[in-house]
Amino acid sequence: MASWPQWLHRLGSPREFYRLSGRALPWLAVAAAGVSMVGLVWGLAFAPPDARQGHSFRIAYLHVPVSFLALAGYYLMALAGAVGLVWRVKLAHMTLRAAARVGAAFTFVALLTGALWGKPTWGTYWVWDARITSMLILFFLYLGVIALGQAYRGERADRAAAVLALVGTVNVPIIYKSVDWWYTLHQPATIKLTGTTTMHPAMLHPLLVCIAGFYLFYALLLVLHVRAEILAGERRTRWVRELALGERG
Amino acid sequence: MHPVRRQRLLAVVLLVAGATVAVGLLAYALRQNLNLFYAPAQVVAGEAPAGARIRVGGLVVPGSVERGGEGLEVRFALTDGAASVPVVYRGILPDLFAEGEAAVAAGALAEDGTLVADQVLAKHDENYTPPEVAEALKRAQEMGEAGTP
Repeated sequence: MASWPQWLHRLGSPREFYRLSGRALPWLAVAAAGVSMVGLVWGLAFAPPDARQGHSFRIAYLHVPVSFLALAGYYLMALAGAVGLVWRVKLAHMTLRAAARVGAAFTFVALLTGALWGKPTWGTYWVWDARITSMLILFFLYLGVIALGQAYRGERADRAAAVLALVGTVNVPIIYKSVDWWYTLHQPATIKLTGTTTMHPAMLHPLLVCIAGFYLFYALLLVLHVRAEILAGERRTRWVRELALGERG
Repeated sequence: MHPVRRQRLLAVVLLVAGATVAVGLLAYALRQNLNLFYAPAQVVAGEAPAGARIRVGGLVVPGSVERGGEGLEVRFALTDGAASVPVVYRGILPDLFAEGEAAVAAGALAEDGTLVADQVLAKHDENYTPPEVAEALKRAQEMGEAGTP
């Protein structure tokens, strides 16, 4: 039995991660699809409508989970960047690149669903309040990390992207607290870490299932993208060549 | 930990701390500009620039909504509890606009302190309740009010 640091070291090797994640992938896919489907069907079809907003509030079952992950995913990306900078782990930089793409997509969906909800609720698709603007900055930060990662070759690109990812972490608590610190059109948080959640349980329970389902979905997308990064980064190694030849023949 | 790695870790921590302090100072310096709207009390106190386009946000004073005789003109007042600002608006109000609920009006202040709005947005709160529950709560509240002399 390998000890904890040895095990961690092995998992840090791209080849080993590729092998182990390949085995976990079907399970993760089934769990992600199952839990998000239960949550979405429950929320979209069976939860009661809101007294004031009617059915339009149901977009929250998509908007809230993707927004959560847009923020949490940024921390994951920055953490990968820090590990990559300090320990020079190749897999960490690959994770950063993968997390940047998945995070950008989630942030875009959060902005889009928010705009679609804003029109019937507020009367406008877009307003430059602190919450929405800081979320747009998050989207640009993700795009910046992707762009910097492609602007240089090799280690310089990895380091530049990691530094930008780390600097950008400042924005995450700003997004989260913006609705409390300033006057915004966006309402304050409904699900509170401390204090009572101001949503009826019949509406809240499917939302919590959706959040869990989207965490799994995010993990699935991240693993798929990391695996793609591994194959691209290690394409000159023997094991990838053999894998490619094996799959072709 | 290896000294080189420790040094790199320190650099990473300093980078994040430095960025936090810089952005924190920036946000503090811009704190008024980061608000989407002025509170009615700020407007009454003269903190909002006259003539310029501003936004005012607050609760629509119950009973204040008056529809003008001609066209879409509507008058109402926004309050934050401390002061209230009269608003005149010509246009279609969002569906969620209601007395006792929050709204944000954008426009310019007239000489008499009325906000001549060209846009009114409804602001939704963080509470979500099914219609039956909201109905029951309202009934209970009315019963409570009727019960107290």
